[in-house]
Amino acid sequence: MALPSAVTTAPRTRRRPLRVRPKPTLLIGLAIVTALLVMALFPHLIAPYNPSKFDYGAILKGPSAQHLFGTDNFGRDVFSRVIYGARVDLQIALFCTLFPFLFGTLAGAITGYVGRWLDAGFGRLVDVVMVFPFLILVIAIVAMLGPGLRNMYLAVSVVGWVYYARLVRGETLVQKQSEYVQAARVMGYSPGRIVFRHIFPNAVTPAIVYWMTDMSLGILLGASLGYLGLGAQPPTAEWGVMVADGKNFMVTAPWISTFPGLVLTLAGVGFSLVGDGLADLLRPKR
Amino acid sequence: MNRWQYALTRILQMIPTLLVIMVLVFAMVRLLPGDPAVAILGDRVTDQAVARVHKELGLDKPLPVQFWYFLERVARGDLGTSINLKVPVTQLIADRMPVTLFLTLYAGVLAALLSVPAAVLSALKRGTWVDNLIRAIFQVGLSLPVFYLSLQLLGFFGARLHWFPVGGIGPTAASDLYYLFLPALSLGFYLAAILMRNLRSSILEVLDAEYVDFARAKGIRPRLVLFKHILRNALISTVTLFGLSVGQLMGGAVITETVFAIPGVGRLMVDAIFGRDYAVVQGLTLAFAVVIMVVFLLTDLAYSTLDPRTKVA
Repeated sequence: MALPSAVTTAPRTRRRPLRVRPKPTLLIGLAIVTALLVMALFPHLIAPYNPSKFDYGAILKGPSAQHLFGTDNFGRDVFSRVIYGARVDLQIALFCTLFPFLFGTLAGAITGYVGRWLDAGFGRLVDVVMVFPFLILVIAIVAMLGPGLRNMYLAVSVVGWVYYARLVRGETLVQKQSEYVQAARVMGYSPGRIVFRHIFPNAVTPAIVYWMTDMSLGILLGASLGYLGLGAQPPTAEWGVMVADGKNFMVTAPWISTFPGLVLTLAGVGFSLVGDGLADLLRPKR
Repeated sequence: MNRWQYALTRILQMIPTLLVIMVLVFAMVRLLPGDPAVAILGDRVTDQAVARVHKELGLDKPLPVQFWYFLERVARGDLGTSINLKVPVTQLIADRMPVTLFLTLYAGVLAALLSVPAAVLSALKRGTWVDNLIRAIFQVGLSLPVFYLSLQLLGFFGARLHWFPVGGIGPTAASDLYYLFLPALSLGFYLAAILMRNLRSSILEVLDAEYVDFARAKGIRPRLVLFKHILRNALISTVTLFGLSVGQLMGGAVITETVFAIPGVGRLMVDAIFGRDYAVVQGLTLAFAVVIMVVFLLTDLAYSTLDPRTKVA
């Protein structure tokens, strides 16, 4: 028996019509992310020098017209290294989040729909992942596998999917109760079809929003591991590694660490502004 | 259910989680290629020593039996011995954990001192340039990596201006407040950003509540309304967030301690990784998890005290 939809669904807002007007912060975020993408795709067009070329005639030079961000202790141009670093760090952001996103969203939808023992087991897993500080868990796994970018991706993926799964699971539980899912069941559709064709597209939005924020976290995590010597290895032009390169020159040549770190922070701000902006646009106001 | 029953239930609920953690920590060393005994003892090791560890760990026995031995040893407080420092891991943790706990607590206090006034000001001046400035600063704080902020503070206030020591801890507990100021600040700033964001939006929510209008209409002084009616209610969710963030704070301590050369468990962890001291890595992972579980428990209990509505449940 079906109740008239006016009874079962929440009254669909009598508020003013939806105006899609992105906030200025979203635009700032998009501008930063676009700039980073250009840097990552066409570094050779922007960077004036080869990022790994030693120049013993220009060691530890301060910022100037020739070297915008100065040079490091090998005479490498810090500006060029920062530009080339965008490629490495965006790659880190992508590879740290891609598998967790794909696997996590699927696992969350299935867990939420099946429920019962699967959901109970998942609950325990969430408890454990929440108890461990993410960084320590990733460091512990990298410690076992050995330092390097590939093992870092592996370690982050092993843990990171749980966050996506948690989000999609919650949303799936809500969608499961909705009329259209009941209708699909009455129509005799298979559980697989209901989960993936009907529920999943509706439940995946928060995970997509979180993906942007997670990219920001991924960049910061990758750089942190790079700084500790557990992520990207020198002489890779990775922002965290570059900050570490300059750590012994904080008084004599602070630009070596300062500029890569500033761009790193800017990248983090960019992705999290895009994440927040998308959240505002996509999340239904309740 | 009274408070003690609630606490007991929560402690019992921790047992399955603890078991899963034990399995993970047990499995960690088995992720390593080759013989775990060699991994634990180091590369240059005699056959007798390997045989002894094999017997100790029961490596010739089936995995469930090995796990049981592992549980027994942990229950006895035996987490193995560090190959590099030649000291029992339990003792290492006991020696160094207080420094990390102090640093974490200090960072938490600084985060609260920074975020609460900023959030109140930001919410009360909503939409003005003050609000925008505060939000911009804390937005950057969200993306400022701990290692970078640590290094910059160290370089500027420590190495350049000599206002603060460039690392280590003080000779006495009281002097640690001075020695650990920069590390705690760089560690706490990220948390401050998270807390300020959360508190600002809950203050804004509470500001709209009818009981606040009512309190004002009664003619209660604005300051009293702010502290007794607005802040008290807005802080409830922030306290929970604070407790839940302690884990991330301890994770950050790994980095801060490395930058500032602080002899805590975080730095010990990094040293152990590079020294391939797996017994230490294993023991520390377990120790971190246990500390954080206890903090979560305390957070839950604090929550039920702060919010009288949850007492009945």
